[in-house]
Amino acid sequence: MSVPTIRTRALRKVYGGRREAVAVDGIDLEVPAGMFFGLLGPNGAGKSTVIGMLTTRVDPTSGTAEIDGIDVRRHPAAAKRLLGVVSQTNTLDRSLNVAENLEFHGRYFGMRGREAKARAAELLETFQLADRARSSVAALSGGLAQRLMVARALVHRPAVLFLDEPTTGIDPQTRINLWEQLRALHAQGQTILLTTHYLDEADALCERIAVVDHGRVLADDSPAGLKREHGSDTLITMTVEGGGLEGLRAQAEALPAVAQAVLDGDRLRVTAGDSEGLLATLVSAAADRGVTVHDASSQPPSLESVFLALTGRELRE
Amino acid sequence: MRAGAVRAFGALLLRDVRVLGKNLPGLLVRIIMQPLLFTFVFAYVLPKTGMGFIGGSGFATVLVPGLIATSTFFQGIQSVALQLTQDFGFTKEIEDRVLAPLPVWGVGAGKIAAGVVQSVLAALVVFPIVLVVHAKGQAPHVHVHDVALLVLALLVTCLLGSAFGLAIGVVVEPRQIPFVFALVVLPATLLGCVYYPWSTLHTVRWLQVVVLLNPVVYMSEAFRGVLTPGVHHMPLGVSLGAMAALAVAFTAIGLRGFRRRVVS
Repeated sequence: MSVPTIRTRALRKVYGGRREAVAVDGIDLEVPAGMFFGLLGPNGAGKSTVIGMLTTRVDPTSGTAEIDGIDVRRHPAAAKRLLGVVSQTNTLDRSLNVAENLEFHGRYFGMRGREAKARAAELLETFQLADRARSSVAALSGGLAQRLMVARALVHRPAVLFLDEPTTGIDPQTRINLWEQLRALHAQGQTILLTTHYLDEADALCERIAVVDHGRVLADDSPAGLKREHGSDTLITMTVEGGGLEGLRAQAEALPAVAQAVLDGDRLRVTAGDSEGLLATLVSAAADRGVTVHDASSQPPSLESVFLALTGRELRE
Repeated sequence: MRAGAVRAFGALLLRDVRVLGKNLPGLLVRIIMQPLLFTFVFAYVLPKTGMGFIGGSGFATVLVPGLIATSTFFQGIQSVALQLTQDFGFTKEIEDRVLAPLPVWGVGAGKIAAGVVQSVLAALVVFPIVLVVHAKGQAPHVHVHDVALLVLALLVTCLLGSAFGLAIGVVVEPRQIPFVFALVVLPATLLGCVYYPWSTLHTVRWLQVVVLLNPVVYMSEAFRGVLTPGVHHMPLGVSLGAMAALAVAFTAIGLRGFRRRVVS
């Protein structure tokens, strides 16, 4: 068996201060070379802290993190050679122009001047930034800046590319472009770890997804496996109003096909294995109890329902 | 592995020198203005107006070492501390350099090294200005006995300034840096024995003792020792020793603080 590109064992991070905060609570991950891996979870779930520990910028409280078998805590300088990092914010060097951002990154990683220039030119071409080579990075749009950040992370040919919430706050077109670039990189064999709180993004890109919440991994499987295992049920959501909501919920849960019925404010969420005719049954049950149904929808198994099944809540931004 | 770290360090330094080159015109103006105006007013204008109570070649001689010391020192502080406000600011620009394949303290040490380069440049620019700008007959009496000692005093000053800059940059929040400059730079200059030798303070004994906490005092006195030995000054062993000790202390504070800033 070859060494996994990323491996963590009981990785934990507790931030001190007046009130202790457990950001990551014992995470075990194993990502083989060449995999496109996703960490999916809501904001504050601990995804960024996991990336921070894997990329030497956060000191683990306990546990181990290895990249290609190198312990990042004991040998940070050696581990950094293997990491390419695209962080959430624009961290481009504003004192340097577009091409220089790539050239100097190459030089930090030991490239000679000419080699760094050639590599920068190659990446500018690949990422369609060649006509901006001499521009100030402050003049780049959000999408271009992000493309440059991805290019920069790749200059030294890292073993694994980390992207922390790369599509948060960017426009849909830029998002699609980035997806295409990441798919192309993955097709060339690049190992990628991406964090996201977008279900569709994880579903569209990742071969395997670890669902993270409150610093723990709740499930770790392929998107199809997750849906099979945790999202086999159809999800019916009804927006309801009236007096007998709790009664309606109990009645729904008592139906043989229904796995679970949860009332969340004015929303009743019903998960069921066999959904044949269920929506109609629920709507008429609501009418019998004098409950008004403003809206009702039925959703086939999806990551959305996986997430709901695992965490008991919807993944919202 | 070690070779890789050394090359990364070299590349970080090269990056800072490249940025310095881009900002050179503005930088030169910042370096030149204060010493130029000081020598112009005190070694040229005042003697010309006949207000000899403060002017005269004696004063120019006192002024030369002090101005070189402060210009060099504050260039070191500025180059490191002001850069860090950008590096640690909202965008955390330094992140890509922190991820370079060398220990984090090496990235901080690179900042000090770049500060040394910039402050050596400042000394080279200021030196001819303070020697040349004066009224007729007001030339300062500069006499370098030992070039090696001059170089040593210069390098220790540059190191101390840059290390101090790093310490300020990592301890103080970026938006409070201008405040620190007002609070530290001004008193350190005016009470740094720049315009008067330390020995003359014996008439204000408490002040003579208090200013010993000010690094600028040792620099001014050390440059007096190597440039204008005719003016009374502290023994070079004392001034250089104090500067070296302060440089080590600020380097330690700066590097530790740097790590704390970039690794959580």
